[in-house]
Amino acid sequence: MLEIENVTKNFGALTAVDNVSFRLGDTTISGLIGPNGSGKTTLFHLITGFYKLDTGNISFLNRKIDGLPPHIISRKGIVRTFQQTRVLPFLSTLDNLVAAAPGQLGENILPLFFRPARVAKEEAENREKALSILETLGLTKLRSTPAGDLSYGQQKLLEIGRVLMADPKLIILDEPTAGINPTLIRHLVTILENLAEQSVKIFLIEHNMPLVTELCDKIFVMDSGSLIFSGTPAEVHNNPRVIEAYLGREKDAAEA
Amino acid sequence: MDYLYHILIIALIYSIFAQSLNLELGFTGLYNFGHIAFFGIGAYASALLSLSGVPIPVAALIAIGLAGIAGAFLALPTLRLSGDYFGIATLVFAEMVHLLFLNERDITRGPMGLPNIPRPDWIGTGVTSLPLLLAVVFFAAAVTFILLRIITNSPFGRSLKVIREDEFVAQALGKNTFLIKTKAIVTGSAFAGLAGVLWAHYITYISPSDFTLQETILVLLCIVLGGKGTHWGPVIGAFSIIFFAEFIRFIPIPSEYTRFVAPLQGMIYGFILVIMMLKRPQGLISESRGQRTTNA
Repeated sequence: MLEIENVTKNFGALTAVDNVSFRLGDTTISGLIGPNGSGKTTLFHLITGFYKLDTGNISFLNRKIDGLPPHIISRKGIVRTFQQTRVLPFLSTLDNLVAAAPGQLGENILPLFFRPARVAKEEAENREKALSILETLGLTKLRSTPAGDLSYGQQKLLEIGRVLMADPKLIILDEPTAGINPTLIRHLVTILENLAEQSVKIFLIEHNMPLVTELCDKIFVMDSGSLIFSGTPAEVHNNPRVIEAYLGREKDAAEA
Repeated sequence: MDYLYHILIIALIYSIFAQSLNLELGFTGLYNFGHIAFFGIGAYASALLSLSGVPIPVAALIAIGLAGIAGAFLALPTLRLSGDYFGIATLVFAEMVHLLFLNERDITRGPMGLPNIPRPDWIGTGVTSLPLLLAVVFFAAAVTFILLRIITNSPFGRSLKVIREDEFVAQALGKNTFLIKTKAIVTGSAFAGLAGVLWAHYITYISPSDFTLQETILVLLCIVLGGKGTHWGPVIGAFSIIFFAEFIRFIPIPSEYTRFVAPLQGMIYGFILVIMMLKRPQGLISESRGQRTTNA
């Protein structure tokens, strides 16, 4: 589905992503883990077109996508969330979702005047879909609240909802559970598992290891910009390089 | 009474101008400090065409179209810049247009300006034409209001707000932010052109000094005072500012001090702007937060 080949990204002298290659095959939920600063978010930015890569190729459904602007990559079906939640604070919770509907005719000026009925119908359909997503998220009561007034956890949920609204083929989540409470995390897990059943692929960065172990079928591990391991959760847990990357070597530990 | 007609006409023209900038500044978050350029392009184009014999309605439509095209010319290079840099670039654009009016003497007569700009025969000239002029300008302002309301109360308007709130999110959701912002600027510029056309044929004399940063600041003040990102805000702002400016004339000031009035007016505007920013940044009317933005 998603193929990453020899991808490198430098920021000045710092190599943030260093010759990384892997592919997401048929795996439904894949995880990307690694210590802070290991290049996970940079890799996500490269996949979604927010950063331009220095060398390598990225392809999605056998089409080259590196070099394309973010909105085109999004339209091809890779939709993302951000590490820092980014809701649209002044828009209502409902509008945050409706705005995410893809390919809206009404986002052009002329159809507003020449095909108003069609635009109104499309808008009604999008609202209905958004309302059903709000229902799933448990945010129905807050639909006219400005999204900026929601709690942090609710904003995280809303961001996931926005991704669902966009009819993605692959969703990319950057730390979806960071800073939200255990109840909401369970809620989120249910949503993601339901999604996975609808043949949407999920690729997520996550620091919560028990959660990654539970959710993911395959885990990729990055350290200092390189991909150091990939495998099933069980394999990752027993791999000495992974343990080293997270906990340091024995010698380091003794010195500390 | 005739004086009242005059103030109303000016206020309505400014309300069109302010609404057109509000589409860019209030709804899309584009701080365009060069908006007066499109007002000027509309005014000059319509004046020059009608002076050379083109029927006035045709000249007006061409002028509005030219202002829109000029908007695209501004958008293409500058929209790649973000935030402050975009603002500076638009400022420079307006200065370029101003210098063009000033120096292309063969076309614009430079600083001498263009006198005797014609009006349609059925409106005529002189004091008796004022009610009819008011009706025409009111009609134009109402059409502008309705069209911009349809445009902003729509999925398109919502996509403008998405860009205003977070351009990265807009891109992540598959919105072509460059194209959408270009459309906002072209539309805004065309309506600014309309305001310029009305101005030229109402005042019947234009010169480059009518189209300077001063006017941009005045129209910015209209929007900030009235409430940016709202439909009535720029209209109320324009009426408040124009009526205030005219009201000052009636304050009995000893003649030896009158020379201070003009600069004082600028100071008062600046003062209002600062107070508004500190105490009520959302303006007299505040944008409704949260409520749904579309009628559909």
